[in-house]
Amino acid sequence: MSAVPGLASSPMPSVDAGARLKQRRSRVLRERGIESVLFLAALVSVFTTVGIVYVLVKESVVFFTHVPLWDFLTDTQWTPLFDDAHFGIMVLLSGTLTSSLVALAIAIPLGTIIAIYLSEFAPFSVREIAKPFLELLGGVPTIVYGYFALLFVTPILQWFYPELPGFNILSAGIVMGIMIIPYVSSISEDAMRAVPMSLREGSYAMGATRYQTATRVVVPAAFSGIASAYILGISRAVGETMILAVAAGMQPNLTFNPLEPAATITAYIVQVALGDLPHGSIGYQTIFAAGLTLMVMTLFFNIAGHVLRKRYREAY
Amino acid sequence: MAYAKNLEEIRKLIASHKRWDLFFACIGVVALMIGVLTFVALFADMAIKGVPRLEWDFFTSFPSRRAGQAGILSAWVGSTLVMLTTAFFAVPLGVAAGLYLEEYAPKNWVTDIIEINITNLAGVPSIVYGLLALGLFVYQFGFGQSILSAGLTLALLILPVVIVATREAIRSIPQGIREGAYALGATQWQVCKDHIVPYSSAGILTGVIIGMARAIGETAPIITIGALTFIAFLPPSPIKAEPPFVSFEWLTSPFTVMPIQMFNWTSRPEAAFLVNAAAAGFVLVLMTLAMNGLAIYIRYRLRKRIKW
Repeated sequence: MSAVPGLASSPMPSVDAGARLKQRRSRVLRERGIESVLFLAALVSVFTTVGIVYVLVKESVVFFTHVPLWDFLTDTQWTPLFDDAHFGIMVLLSGTLTSSLVALAIAIPLGTIIAIYLSEFAPFSVREIAKPFLELLGGVPTIVYGYFALLFVTPILQWFYPELPGFNILSAGIVMGIMIIPYVSSISEDAMRAVPMSLREGSYAMGATRYQTATRVVVPAAFSGIASAYILGISRAVGETMILAVAAGMQPNLTFNPLEPAATITAYIVQVALGDLPHGSIGYQTIFAAGLTLMVMTLFFNIAGHVLRKRYREAY
Repeated sequence: MAYAKNLEEIRKLIASHKRWDLFFACIGVVALMIGVLTFVALFADMAIKGVPRLEWDFFTSFPSRRAGQAGILSAWVGSTLVMLTTAFFAVPLGVAAGLYLEEYAPKNWVTDIIEINITNLAGVPSIVYGLLALGLFVYQFGFGQSILSAGLTLALLILPVVIVATREAIRSIPQGIREGAYALGATQWQVCKDHIVPYSSAGILTGVIIGMARAIGETAPIITIGALTFIAFLPPSPIKAEPPFVSFEWLTSPFTVMPIQMFNWTSRPEAAFLVNAAAAGFVLVLMTLAMNGLAIYIRYRLRKRIKW
C-alpha cells in the first residue's frame, strides 16, 4: 500500500520540486526500513522453530551414533547413567503415557461438561464469574500444583488406599487433569458459542430440550473446535513437567499401573539438568534425544489435530 | 380415547426429557465445583501452612541449611530480574511481529509459514524451550547459566502469547480509523504508531501481563538451562555509585527464581522445609493471581468502555 501522497496541492506556493522529491524518497526509504524491521521480528518465531529442531537433531545425531535407534525404541531398561547403560525410551514413554491418560480421563469429560454447561445451560451471571475463575485455575504455576499433588492429594488417596506409595502417577495425573480442565473447557466453549443461534432455534422449534440441542446439534456442529481443545489438552499433558517431577518420583519404571511411581520423559530431563553432567557427555545427549521424542509426539498430535479440524470443519 | 392416552405418553416423555435437562445442569454445576473446590483447597492449604512463615525475615534472608532461617531473598530478586529481561525482549518483539502480521504482511507463503509457526510454538512443551536454550544460549552463544539466558528463554516462550494478543487487539480496530488517517496523508508507519498501537495498547497489555504471569511460574525451562538451586548471594547491583551509574553485570550473573526455590524446598524430606515451600508457593500463587486478575480486569474494563 503506497500511502505517500505526492500530490501538489494547487493553492500552495510551489516549492522546489527537487527538494520535495528528495523528501518523498527518504520517506519511502524510512517506511521500507521500518517494514523490514517488523518483518524480522515476525521471523523470530521461524528462527525459534529452526533453533529447536537444530539443537535437538544436532545432539540427538551424536547420541544415535552411540546408541542404535533400534535399541532406543525396543530396550526395556533406562539406565543411562549406570556403568551398564541401557537406553530404552519405552520406559520413560510408559510413564508419560500413563500419566497423560490419567490426566485426560479427568480433563476431557469434566472440561467438556463444563463447556457445554457454560455455553448452553448457565445463566449469564454464572458464566461471567466462572470463566475468569477457570482462567485463574489455568494460571497457577505448575510447581504449586506439584506441591499440592504430593502433599495434599497423595495423603488423601492414601487414606482410601493405604498401600499407595508416596510418589505415584495417580495423584500427579489427577492434579494434572484438573490443571488441564480450563484449557479444554475454554476452547470448547468458544467453539460452541460460535455455532450460530439459528441452529439452536431450529432445534428448539422442533421441540428439543436444552440437553438434546446441546448434545445433538451444538456439539456435532462445534466438533472441530472441540477436537482442537482435546488436542491442546493432550499436548499439555504430554509436555507437563513439574507436577510429575515433584509428585510421581523420578525412578524410571516400565509400567502402565498408575499406582506406581514412574519417571516421564520430562521428569527425566529435569532430573539430569539438576545434576551437573558435563557438556558433551552421553548423559547430556540423552536429554536431547528424550526431548526430540517429546517434540515428535507433540508434532504428531498437532498434525492429527489439524487433520481432524479440516475433516470436521463446518462452515456457516 | 387413543388420543388422550397418547397425550399422556407425550407428557411423560416431555417430563422425562426435562428431567434430563435438570440432571445435566446439576452435573455441570458439580463439574464446575470440582475445579473451583480444587482451587480453594490448594489456596487454603498453602495459606494455612505457609502464612505463619511469612514474616519480614522470610523476604530478606538467603536460603539456608536451617529451615527456620531460610528465606527467598535471592529467589524474588532473581525472578524480578529475569522478568525484566523477559519483558525487555518479548514485548517489542511480540508487538512488532503482531503489527507486521496484521498491518503489513502480504498474503503469501512466507506469511503462511510464520503464522503456522506461531500456532505450533504455542503448543511446544515448555521444557523443549529449556533444551533449546541449553544448546543454543548456554553453550553455542556462551551466555552461560545466567539471567540473560533465562530471560531470553522465557521471552521466546511467551512470544506467541504476546503476538496473538496483539493481533486480536489490532483486529478489533475498525478499518475506518486507518482510512481516515490515510486520507489525511499519513504513511503506513504513522498510522501504526499514532493510531493502531495506541488504540490496541490495553489489549496488548492484557496479553503481556498474562504472558508474564505464565513466565514467572515457569520452572522446567529454567531448571533445564541449569539454574542453581542454592544461591546465597545477589547479582551485582544494576545501579552504580560512580559513572556511568548503570551496570549490566547482573545479566551474566548466576541466579535462582521463586519456582526453583520452591521446588528445592519441596524435594527435601524435612517437614520444616515443606513449610518454607508452602510459604514460597503462597507468595508465587498470590503474584500470578494478582497478575491474572489485573489482566482480566483490564479486559473487562476494555469491553465495557470501547465502543467504536
